[in-house]
Amino acid sequence: MATYLEFIQQNEERDGIRFSWNVWPSSRLEATRMVVPLACLFTPLKERPDLPPVQYEPVLCSRPTCKAVLNPLCQVDYRAKLWACNFCFQRNQFPPAYAGISEVNQPAELMPQFSTIEYIVQRGPQTPLIFLYVVDTCLEEEDLQALKESLQMSLSLLPPDALVGLITFGRMVQVHELSCEGISKSYVFRGTKDLTAKQIQDMLGLTKPAMSTQQARPVQPQGQPFISSRFLQPVHKIDMNLTDLLGELQRDPWPVTQGKRPLRSTGVALSIAVGLLEGTFPNTGARIMLFTGGPPTQGPGMVVGDELKVPIRSWHDIEKDNARFMKKAIKHYEMLANRTATNGHCIDIYACALDQTGLQEMKCCANLTGGHMVMGDSFNTSLFKQTFQRVFSKDFNGDFRMAFGATLDVKTSRELKISGAIGPCISLNVKGPCVSENEYGISGTSQWKICSLDPTTTLGIYFEVVNQHNAPIPQGGRGAIQFVTQYQHSSTQRRIRVTTVARSWADAQNQFQHIEAAFDQEAAAVLMARLGVFRAESEEGPDVLRWLDRQLIRLCQKFGQYNKEDPSSFRLSDSFSLYPQFMFHLRRSPFLQVFNNSPDESSYYRHHFARQDLTQSLIMIQPILYSYSFHGPPEPVLLDSSSILADRILLMDTFFQIVIYLGETIAQWRKAGYQDMPEYENFKHLLQAPLDDAQDIMQTRFPMPRYINTEHGGSQARFLLSKVNPSQTHNNLYPWGQESGAPILTDDVSLQARP
Amino acid sequence: MNVNQPAPPGVPYGQPQPGYTGYQSSYGGQPGPIIPPSPYGAYNGPVPGYQQLPPTGVPRAPPSSGTPPASTTARAPSGQSAYGQFGQGDVQNGPSSTVQMQRPPVSQPFVPAPVAPLVNQPATFQPYGSLPTSSQVTTQMAGMQISAPAAAPPPSGLGYGPPPTSMASASGNFPGSSLYGSYPQNLAPPTSLAQAHSGAQTPQRSVPLQASSFPPSAAGAPRPPSIAGPPMPVQSFGGPQVSQTNHASSPSPQAQPPLPGPPGPPPPPMHSSQPGYQLQQNGSFGPARGPQPNYGGSYSAAPNFAGQPGPPQPPPPKRLDPDSIPSPIQVIEDDRNNRGSEPFVTGARGQVPPLVTTNFVVKDQGNASPRYIRCTSYNIPCTSDMAKQAQVPLAAVIKPLARLPPEEAPPYVVDHGESGPVRCNRCKAYMCPFMQFIEGGRRFQCCFCSCVTEVPPQYFQHLDHTGKRVDFYDRPELSLGSYEFLATVDYCKNNKFPRPPAFIFMIDVSYNAVRSGLVKLLCEELKSLLDFLPREGGAEESAVRVGFVTYNKVLHFYNVKSSLAQPQMMVVSDVADMFVPLLDGFLVNVSESRTVITSLLDQIPEMFADTRETETVFAPVIQAGMEALKAAECPGKLFLFHTSLPIAEAPGKLKNRDDRKLLNTDKEKTLFQPQTGFYQSLAKECVAQGCCVDLFLFPNQYVDVATLGVVPHHTGGSIYKYACFQVESDQERFLSDLRRDVQKDVGFDAVMRVRTSTGIRATDFFGAFYMSNTTDVELAGLDGDKTVTVEFKHDDRLSEDSGALIQCALLYTSCAGQRRLRIHNLSLNCCTQLADLYRNCETDTLINYLAKFAYRGVLSSPVKTVRDALISQCAQILACYRKNCASPSSAGQLILPECMKLLPVYLNCVLKSDVLQPGAEVTTDDRAYVRQLVTSMDVAETNVFFYPRLLPLSALPVLENPLSKRVRDLIDSFRAQRSRYMKLIVVKQEDKLEMLFKHFLVEDKSLNGGASYVDFLCHMHKEIRQLLS
Repeated sequence: MATYLEFIQQNEERDGIRFSWNVWPSSRLEATRMVVPLACLFTPLKERPDLPPVQYEPVLCSRPTCKAVLNPLCQVDYRAKLWACNFCFQRNQFPPAYAGISEVNQPAELMPQFSTIEYIVQRGPQTPLIFLYVVDTCLEEEDLQALKESLQMSLSLLPPDALVGLITFGRMVQVHELSCEGISKSYVFRGTKDLTAKQIQDMLGLTKPAMSTQQARPVQPQGQPFISSRFLQPVHKIDMNLTDLLGELQRDPWPVTQGKRPLRSTGVALSIAVGLLEGTFPNTGARIMLFTGGPPTQGPGMVVGDELKVPIRSWHDIEKDNARFMKKAIKHYEMLANRTATNGHCIDIYACALDQTGLQEMKCCANLTGGHMVMGDSFNTSLFKQTFQRVFSKDFNGDFRMAFGATLDVKTSRELKISGAIGPCISLNVKGPCVSENEYGISGTSQWKICSLDPTTTLGIYFEVVNQHNAPIPQGGRGAIQFVTQYQHSSTQRRIRVTTVARSWADAQNQFQHIEAAFDQEAAAVLMARLGVFRAESEEGPDVLRWLDRQLIRLCQKFGQYNKEDPSSFRLSDSFSLYPQFMFHLRRSPFLQVFNNSPDESSYYRHHFARQDLTQSLIMIQPILYSYSFHGPPEPVLLDSSSILADRILLMDTFFQIVIYLGETIAQWRKAGYQDMPEYENFKHLLQAPLDDAQDIMQTRFPMPRYINTEHGGSQARFLLSKVNPSQTHNNLYPWGQESGAPILTDDVSLQARP
Repeated sequence: MNVNQPAPPGVPYGQPQPGYTGYQSSYGGQPGPIIPPSPYGAYNGPVPGYQQLPPTGVPRAPPSSGTPPASTTARAPSGQSAYGQFGQGDVQNGPSSTVQMQRPPVSQPFVPAPVAPLVNQPATFQPYGSLPTSSQVTTQMAGMQISAPAAAPPPSGLGYGPPPTSMASASGNFPGSSLYGSYPQNLAPPTSLAQAHSGAQTPQRSVPLQASSFPPSAAGAPRPPSIAGPPMPVQSFGGPQVSQTNHASSPSPQAQPPLPGPPGPPPPPMHSSQPGYQLQQNGSFGPARGPQPNYGGSYSAAPNFAGQPGPPQPPPPKRLDPDSIPSPIQVIEDDRNNRGSEPFVTGARGQVPPLVTTNFVVKDQGNASPRYIRCTSYNIPCTSDMAKQAQVPLAAVIKPLARLPPEEAPPYVVDHGESGPVRCNRCKAYMCPFMQFIEGGRRFQCCFCSCVTEVPPQYFQHLDHTGKRVDFYDRPELSLGSYEFLATVDYCKNNKFPRPPAFIFMIDVSYNAVRSGLVKLLCEELKSLLDFLPREGGAEESAVRVGFVTYNKVLHFYNVKSSLAQPQMMVVSDVADMFVPLLDGFLVNVSESRTVITSLLDQIPEMFADTRETETVFAPVIQAGMEALKAAECPGKLFLFHTSLPIAEAPGKLKNRDDRKLLNTDKEKTLFQPQTGFYQSLAKECVAQGCCVDLFLFPNQYVDVATLGVVPHHTGGSIYKYACFQVESDQERFLSDLRRDVQKDVGFDAVMRVRTSTGIRATDFFGAFYMSNTTDVELAGLDGDKTVTVEFKHDDRLSEDSGALIQCALLYTSCAGQRRLRIHNLSLNCCTQLADLYRNCETDTLINYLAKFAYRGVLSSPVKTVRDALISQCAQILACYRKNCASPSSAGQLILPECMKLLPVYLNCVLKSDVLQPGAEVTTDDRAYVRQLVTSMDVAETNVFFYPRLLPLSALPVLENPLSKRVRDLIDSFRAQRSRYMKLIVVKQEDKLEMLFKHFLVEDKSLNGGASYVDFLCHMHKEIRQLLS
């Protein structure tokens, strides 16, 4: 099946897309019998250094309900200068600019290698990027200092013309005016009061006085936002000012008595940030960057009271319906997130604290707007510092790896309909003929808004085959899907990226092998996992697991080969062979298992799972384990307790953590200091090798993974032990001390079925 | 006194002037054909009576020299000039030199000696204090005589002096008086006895005065601006005064031959230097003095008295002799002379202190100084029946933190240790000189409730053979009337010692405030003023912390923490739900944060220089200040500088409800009531926090003082009002008030309780404070100017032996944050004879009480009702006296108790005050302002407030001469005596402001219907007679 693997890889590289099925069952009935739905993982802005954008407008199908973009799959009549839409079959005249086209003089969008193409278009005024810092001041001095330094540092990373703003909060919320000389001004809000957008704008003086409207003076040209707002100023102008301001930032001065949490008005602070941008720069790329060091403890969006003796809600509380503030808080943040998304802004959450910070309640802010979510123990850690720095990383062109205000429009040929999408987006509620009633994820629309995205942002998009069984598709027929992504590039240009893909139809009865062979088990596993995680947000955990199990059983039933009553006879083809293993680890993953995780952690993991690309997602589902030994180069080994051996160094990458684990012997050697002896230099190299590899991984990952360097018997070894397949546990009678890996203290069942 | 009141717009010169000429003429007995009689008739009220006299052939003062006629003739044509003669007389109530200056040169002919001026000038200024002398003695009016039946033997009527000798002496005395010193000398000798007797003095005096006032070149002399304001209207109103002045030469003897008149006592000294004179004065009303022989005729006067200024009334047949009615100026002067030199020693029970107008030193020997407590009567009727009969209110005006002159020591601070002050077990009265130690000193019996309490061991002391504790003189609480205890933590809020108070300056920075220059002026001033925050004792630095807020329709708080490089401004727009946005750095120590504060005060005017915001909020500002104090857990004071009606959308928003149509209707009272109840509850919160609010208003139009003043009033704060503030003209006044207000010592978070011995009980309280129950007066702040007037009622019989005791205990936090109890004790006599009551009354205090009572009344009753009630009560008081204490006399005789002889004139002033009888030019805000102001005034202030002082100033064309300087010194010295800076208005004759000036001539009939003194006295007399009959 090398060919299919290559095909899949090629397609992924060119179009940023991975389908669960690369040959599509041609009827609705057959498609449903395939268990895994027809779906794809789509990375709209996949980095394509080889793809220069074209500087003109795309040509659109003239049918108002279609408006598909001219693409290589369209039939073109060069003589008549006509093209036929491959989605609605509308025949369209080329625009005058295309008068010169011919078979030999084709525009880029007609060339097959440009199945993905990017247009730069001139739309409206270009507004600089906006960064609004929302900073918690209820931090420990050390944390605040570190945060201040990070923020000051970030000013140098911003584009000089970017607008920045600063809101600080603790018991009160302060919106800082950045333009004033001689005296620093800020507007202060009570942290307990829910204010409407209008109130906030009135209080900030953003609404024009009634006088000007009465005077009927010529209104400013539409869509021309007034660039200067007292609260948002170009970095290059107030660089020094803001640096000083940040430098003078003090911890929240209100006294916190023994046994209390500081009063933290995160809910109001966010609300004001949203209101501020809403009133000044709607529909312009803007990031609200929330830095918080603890849970919101007052006002709308509070997660926990200020009494320390009442702990923040746990999964146990939530299951018992004992989380007093959760529902109300979630409602508050959802309202904010929706408003933010409507305005085309995004909210990042950088939460650094040892305890929970309320990510469970606030997650929607990042999830619905495409913002980042970063969770750490302290702002004074490299995890936060480097992650934050990486937000401002640049691509090969020197552009920031961030885009704003994207709308993703999906068009399908008529045999397909769109069931939904799962990813950091919201529905734009565009109901068209290609919208299915069969709903997965964020559904009922053919367009989504992704307020912020980067080159790795990946959506799962689910389809339904609607072709009836009695209307066979002719041999060689292909179904097509077009993704049109309009967005604001970090250079503030408006751009449109169009990806048009097609796959062959196959009759499931005659061409079952084709379909089976074209199964992308990795994509399928991630897509199914996304469905499962999506469900887990709203359903009971066991129900989701049962659903996953049922799907797996059905899939094995459908595609496995076995003799009844003979487990050992069961076989799956290569294209399916890894799938059950993925599902096994998925079941144990923190995405579906809440045991041992706080609600915040679950939210954090799920957030990242719903937006990372296939590779990263797979790592999350099934961590990668490398083994280092004197016996040869590092090799990937089974994520199994049997891989934990005394003379090995293991490197595990779970996406969120990088764990380096020294086997018992290695650890003893290191303790004995052999690595420092010249004659054991190879041991030194062995110790160093995983460290270097870990660095490599961490260099590229966002967010920075937690780096754990441990050894046999170390307390942090639990990160490894909790991930590996418990093939050996304290239950299965292996005598202690045997050189056969490490027993895991768990009652979980092992992947390997033991008769 | 003009308490920050705006000058009412001038009114054209009034008509009544000519009337006085008539008086003059008739007086002069020269019905010269030249003078048309009609003009004289114009004098409203009884005056015309004089006119008739001459015809009847009862010659009054014969024209002295030939001069009067001349003057008359000369002046008659022009109404004003007619005063020429009387002008001098005007002196009595402070005619100004200006008056004289303005006289047409015509009058000059009278000047006997042009020499006079130079000599006189210095002299002219001396009399300021005592000027008005003339009229006091003479109670007699043409128709009646007021006799003060009480003691003083010397017969009254200086002026009447039947014996010619007296007159002579009178004239002789004149020279002695420094007032006119120079000229009388010149003139007196030549005057024949007869002349003097016949009242020739008047002209004489007048002449020299004129002479003196005029520089030789006379008429056209430029008036130096430095001359004090009040002068001019005198002329127009001069009439009655004239008559008073004449007392020396008073024609009465002629008019009323029967007057037995005391043997010509020395003539009325115009100057305090004449002791003899006072004696006479006293004599004339003195209780001992026999009833004055009737001056005859039934009095039919008082026409029109309370009514509007009507057309001239036909002269009643017989009238009160204006010369003989009691003159406040004289009384004040007498008291000064009699009692000003000796210290007032408080040892004895029930001593009546000197008048508030007298400077005297107090020696505390067991009773509180009258500076702290002043009573309406120092002898209380033993029974409530008696009290009811007399109708004399029993009240004490208490000024617990009164400022003392430098020669008197502040109260000693006593520390009774951890257990706190020693108190009676039952009534909780504090240890005081009246407590009786028994059982060898082991116990003490409470002087208030008679309960016996164990003396705490640490407080035990043996008694000497007289039953006094051996340490009697070592312990202030045993030997003094006033002292302080250090309070223990039990006396503190939440059982925590308070933190030092804070001052928060809250500055309106709306368009009006910025444009008028207020903001800039204020910020500039604060920079230096902050160095003078009140400090306790010898503290090097004030413990008071300061904070700053500016506002228009949003509030700006400032962080001025010393560690900041520049101040930080924090805007709070959420005025609906006010809060304090910062904790640390809002309230700071001035010296630590000086640079930041200076930087802030420099920047505030700049920041708002271009503001276009005209709307303001008000209640949220107070809330903010209060919340700030709450957050800082300290008491404090807010200084609010506010310009306009708060119409911006916020709690406590107000609307313009000024409606002149409500005047004289039943709804008039609503103008005094707050527009909304919101401010009352806000005030309550403020009091609970110990947040005192001082409000400086700079309105250009109606701001609803009645509502805005609620919080300052209930928190013990002050209101200052500067209408149409202009930096050029009002700067000095405002800054002076501000400085005084910021620097003055003030106590915070105070509770005052007045305990009394059995038999009487404090029943009612007046003043700027808050009460949540019936006994405790709560004051967020209390300064040395604020008083609480307490009314007492009987609840049992009192005994003459034990008298009545009052203990006022004030628990407060000092400006350094120390919790203290200030105790004032006062013992009063009790009487079974009404005469004793009337002999020991204090009219000034009585007026203070009556004014406060009436001013509270207007909140609930129509103004007319309040006025009538006042008149009726006073009539009853006087009638009771007449009936029970005075010797039988003709009904036609008006007899006043010596101690209350000024009651009518003062009462009339109260009745004519802006609150009770407003003129057209008095705004609703002014009335509300005055009403609140008076409520917490002390006796000295109400005295001068209701009875303004008139001082004569001679013309002074040169600015930089000693005289001009003295004028200014004089003005300064007056200002120094007042708790508020007095506005200086220079009024010229025929100037529009003359109306304003007239407004203060309270003995005259006022334009808006207030009666003249004479008329009112007649009316009062009528009332009394009705009561008696």
